Amino acid sequence: MFAIETINLEKTYAVGFWRKKPRVALRPLNLAVEEGEVFGFLGPNGAGKTTTLKLLMGLVLPTGGTARILGKSINEAEVKAQIGFLPEQPYFYDYLTAKELLEYYARLSGVEPKERTGKIDAMLERVGLKESAHVQLRKFSKGMLQRVGLAQAILHDPKVVFLDEPMSGLDPTGRREVRDLMEELKQQGKTVFFSTHILSDAEALCDRVAVIHRGELRGIGRVAELTASVAGKVEMIWNGNAVPAGFSGLGAECHISGDTIRAALPEAQQEAALEILRRERLRLISLTPVRSSLEEYYLQKVNSAAKPAGVAQ
Amino acid sequence: MSRVVHIASNTFREAVRDRVLYNLVAFAVLLSGAAILVGQISIDIERLVVVNLGLTAVSLFGVVIAIFIGIGLVSKEIEKRTLYTVLSRPVRRWEFIVGKFFGLTGTLVVNTVCMAIGVFAALLYVSHKFQASDRWILVALYFIVLQFLILCSLTLLFSSFSSPLLSAVFAFSLFVIGSFAEDLRGFAGMSHGLTQGLATGAAYLVPNFSALNVIGQVAHEQAISGRLIAYNTGYALAYSAMAICGAVLIFERRNLK
Repeated sequence: MFAIETINLEKTYAVGFWRKKPRVALRPLNLAVEEGEVFGFLGPNGAGKTTTLKLLMGLVLPTGGTARILGKSINEAEVKAQIGFLPEQPYFYDYLTAKELLEYYARLSGVEPKERTGKIDAMLERVGLKESAHVQLRKFSKGMLQRVGLAQAILHDPKVVFLDEPMSGLDPTGRREVRDLMEELKQQGKTVFFSTHILSDAEALCDRVAVIHRGELRGIGRVAELTASVAGKVEMIWNGNAVPAGFSGLGAECHISGDTIRAALPEAQQEAALEILRRERLRLISLTPVRSSLEEYYLQKVNSAAKPAGVAQ
Repeated sequence: MSRVVHIASNTFREAVRDRVLYNLVAFAVLLSGAAILVGQISIDIERLVVVNLGLTAVSLFGVVIAIFIGIGLVSKEIEKRTLYTVLSRPVRRWEFIVGKFFGLTGTLVVNTVCMAIGVFAALLYVSHKFQASDRWILVALYFIVLQFLILCSLTLLFSSFSSPLLSAVFAFSLFVIGSFAEDLRGFAGMSHGLTQGLATGAAYLVPNFSALNVIGQVAHEQAISGRLIAYNTGYALAYSAMAICGAVLIFERRNLK
C-alpha cells in the first residue's frame, strides 16, 4: 500500500466570462509515494504544486482521475484524521491565541479531551512558542505563524504530513528548525510530502523528488541517484599559483583561487594530470568524482520539452 | 455533530471578539435611550412608542449584523485561506456550513437577548410596571429571531457562491422585498395572466418577513394567535433549512482556489 497515490489525477479550470476557456492546471498525474518517505515536489511558481496539494486535500475537485491516501479515498473522514496539512503562507484565525487555535484544531481532529491539553502544551514547546501561547495570532510575525502552522499540521500525530512551501518566509534559524522537525518526522516513520522550490532543502531532506512544470510531471527519482557521480569526470584541487603547461592538452577547465587551483577534467586524463603534478612537485589536496547537483537535474527537467506523463513510482 | 458545535462556537467567538459587533450593540443601546426620550415627550402613548421603537431597533440592528457578518462567513474563510486547514481535517463541507449557520444565529440570539433586556428596561422606565400584554413582546422578539434565522441562511447561501458585496446586495434586497411579501401576494391576487403567475411565484419565493413582523400589533397590545406562532415557526424552519441545503449543495461543488 502506498502512502499517497494519484492515478491520472488532473485539473482544468474553466475561465473567462462565459467559462468556456479551459486552463489546464494539472495534466494527468501518476505518482506513488511509499510510506515513511520524505518526498519533495519541486517546480517553479505556478507549476501546479499547490493545485496538486489542494486536490489531495479535497479542497479542489479533480476534473479527472483519482487520488488515494493510505489506500483509501481522500474524501473519507478516516483518512483525513491521518493527515496533516500546512498550506502555503498560512493565515489563521487572528482573534485566537496560539493555544486556542491548537485547541480548536485538536477538537476538529478528534484528539481525546484527556490528551488534548498535554499534546498542545508539548507541541507549543516543540515549535518554540511556549512563551507566546496566550498571545493573539494577529500579533505574530510571519515566522511565528509558520511555526503555528507546523504545530497544527502535526498536533494530532498524523501518518502523512503535507507541507506546502514550509520554509517560505523563514529566516535561516527558522529554516534549520523546520528541517530538524522534518528529520524528526522521518525518524518517527511519517510520510512527508512537501512542495518547495528551494533545492538545497530538497537535496538535504528528501528520499525522492519529482519535478513538475506547467502542470506536467517532468521527472522523478531518488535524490541519491540523481546526485550520483557523473560518469567520466573528476575534480582535482592542488596548491599552486599557475596552471602547469601540460594541462591545456588534457581538456581541463581550470579555476585559480588564491594559491589553490581547481580543475575539472575527463576521468581518462586523470593519470596524465597526476603525472604532471608529480613532475612539477605540486601538492594535491583532493581528487573527487564530479557529482551532479539536484539543481542541474531540476533545470534540465524544467527546460526540457513536454513529454507524455507516465506512471511514476 | 460535535464538529458542527466546534465550528459554531468558533464563529460565535469570532463575532464576540469583533469590535464592529460591539459598536452595533452600543448603537442599539443608544437607540433604546432615544426611545425613552421620545416616550417621555409623547403624552399617554409612551408605551406604544417605546415598544415600536425598541423592537424596530432590535430588528434592524439584528438585520445589519446578520448581513454584515453573514456575507463574510464563507468568502472570508476562502480569501484568508483559513478554510484550508479546517477542511483538510475530518470535517465535511456540510458540517462547516451548518456550523457557521448556528454560530451566526447563536450570536444573533445572544445579541437579541441583550437588546431585549434594554427594551424591557426602557418599558419599565416609562410604565413603572409590567402588564400582562407585555408577554406578546416576547412573541414579537421570537418572530424577530425567526427572521434572523431566515436571513442568516440566505446570507450564507449567497456567501457560498458570491462576493461579499453582491451577497450583501442580494440579502438586503430580499429582506426589503420580503418585508412587503403580503403586499406582493395581494398584488398577485389582483393581477391576471402572466403577471399573476410571475407575481405569485415571486411572492412565494421571497421570504415572508411581513408575516413575521408583529411589532405594530404588539405595540397596540393585541394578542398573537397560537396558530400564527406555529405557522411562522414551521415556515421559518422550513425556509432556512431549504436555504442551508442550497448553500451546502453549492459549497460541496465549489473549488477552493
